[in-house]
Amino acid sequence: MRPRATPYVLVGPATLLLLAFGVLPILVAGAVSLTDLDAAGLGDVSRVRGVGLANYAELFGDAAFWQAMRNTAFYVAVGVPSVVVVSLVIALLLNRSQSRFFRFLRSLYFLPAITGIVAIALVWGYLYNTQFGLVNYLLSLVGLGPVPWLSSPGLVKVSVALVAIWRGTGLNTVIFLAALQGVPKEYLEAAALDGASRLRTTWSVVLPLLRFAILFVTVTTVIAWLQFFDEAFVLTKGGPLGASTSISLFLFQQGFAGARFGYASAGSVVLFVVIAVITVLQLRGRRSDVEY
Amino acid sequence: MSSTETLARPAVTPAATPARRRRRRHPWVTGVALSVGALATAFPFAWMIVSALKPRRESMAYPPHLLPQQLTLQYFTQLVRQLDFGRYLLNTLAVVLISMVGLLLMAMAGYGFAKFTFRGKEPIFFLVLTTMMIPVQVTMIPTYLILNGLGLTNTLVGIALPTLVSAFGVFLFRQFMTTIPTEVIEAARIDGAGEGRIFARIVLPMSRPILAVQVVLTFITGWNSFLWPLVIASDQNLYTLSVGIALLNQQVATNPSLQMAAASLMVVPVLVVFVVFQRHIVQGFALSGLK
Repeated sequence: MRPRATPYVLVGPATLLLLAFGVLPILVAGAVSLTDLDAAGLGDVSRVRGVGLANYAELFGDAAFWQAMRNTAFYVAVGVPSVVVVSLVIALLLNRSQSRFFRFLRSLYFLPAITGIVAIALVWGYLYNTQFGLVNYLLSLVGLGPVPWLSSPGLVKVSVALVAIWRGTGLNTVIFLAALQGVPKEYLEAAALDGASRLRTTWSVVLPLLRFAILFVTVTTVIAWLQFFDEAFVLTKGGPLGASTSISLFLFQQGFAGARFGYASAGSVVLFVVIAVITVLQLRGRRSDVEY
Repeated sequence: MSSTETLARPAVTPAATPARRRRRRHPWVTGVALSVGALATAFPFAWMIVSALKPRRESMAYPPHLLPQQLTLQYFTQLVRQLDFGRYLLNTLAVVLISMVGLLLMAMAGYGFAKFTFRGKEPIFFLVLTTMMIPVQVTMIPTYLILNGLGLTNTLVGIALPTLVSAFGVFLFRQFMTTIPTEVIEAARIDGAGEGRIFARIVLPMSRPILAVQVVLTFITGWNSFLWPLVIASDQNLYTLSVGIALLNQQVATNPSLQMAAASLMVVPVLVVFVVFQRHIVQGFALSGLK
């Protein structure tokens, strides 16, 4: 005899927490985005006024918002292919041997993925430093002049994205390695017996079999770069002149530095819609592919 | 990167060559290429530790020296004595401990979804999975407003609460717990064991592998968490290591040695945990694919 309530007691707490911090915030953002809630309104609810779609209208006329949108598009365009290709190549190479040494190398590639972003930002800020940074010193050894990594509006996006690529590669390498374990040995043997070169085998046999893993990594990487926040926040605060501000960072600045919760919520809703649409498009685009 | 591909390409061999010999053809070329990449990847960490042990004038010297001329631990003592890093460390550990409560809730939910049939199970589980798709940055501001409404800003519980339970964790526990034989659970019920006792004495011990993965991942994410501690706690007594380190930039005139010491304080414990539990971590991440 088991009491009927048992399963609800088991799944209840976790489910409620997920709803409270996953689903409810979206609804709250939707509601708040229609008001002028700010720091004063937090203290005294009677001062909050409904403003209809005024926040959205202002947002779409805000140059800083569009700059953040353009920056985010740049981050996605540069970051996604880099992370996917680099981690796939590293995984294919690491998969060539199961020796202890290769496992050790694998863990080195994995290190950036498990370290805190704040520490990483300090280290890279020091490496990028224009007066005594190691990166510029190494460049000077091969005769290249000092590069203003974090202070040039044109370059800062690249510098910040480089750190994020460095950090994002290890995790996806491990995902690809896990997928490579699932490639049947017989296929590789058969290809080798047919005289296919290794490159050809990789291209024509292994990669098609990795299709799902590649899709998974691509979709999650796109989402990650659309939400890009950490590196830009700790390395540059979005500067200089907003040149490295991503959408997430723009929302953070509006919401927490400016205490314009209504305005920032409108931005959150827009970001949510953008991410949802792009994700759905990617998944639909792949569905029409031929299955192997 | 792609140049290594062409380097490692085997010479054209007759089709009759056994596949095995061909696979062994150039592993060292691959090994060298991978080693270079791995060293470049790990180098910033080495540089961090080396610089933390240098006196300030050396870490600001140009040209930089690879190895310290003089070793010092003064910056680590300065962090703990003057800059309150001992307290930040305790706060961080408290956040990690609170996160472990979330682990128990996830295990419970996983067990409920795996071994019980109840009305509404499918839709509830689907709802749990959809929360995986929702990005943190979108919920950041409304979550702050919710916690503010609950009066949980500036509390350690408030810092840990938004990330206490992850849909992915629930999913992993459920996947694993479906493999526990139902007969064992039924037998315990017939013997008169209560539901709580069955969970604590049978289900949890049998789930040890997945628990290990989750404990390690929970430790790492809790230890590294930055966004919520920054947003929820404006009171300096509640700073975690990550927040303290982020603000170190603003409160101390440029002193790379001190900053690298702080960064090392944050990174080294995770590295130790990583080395000890490496297998679990890599498995867990490979399964999750998402933080």
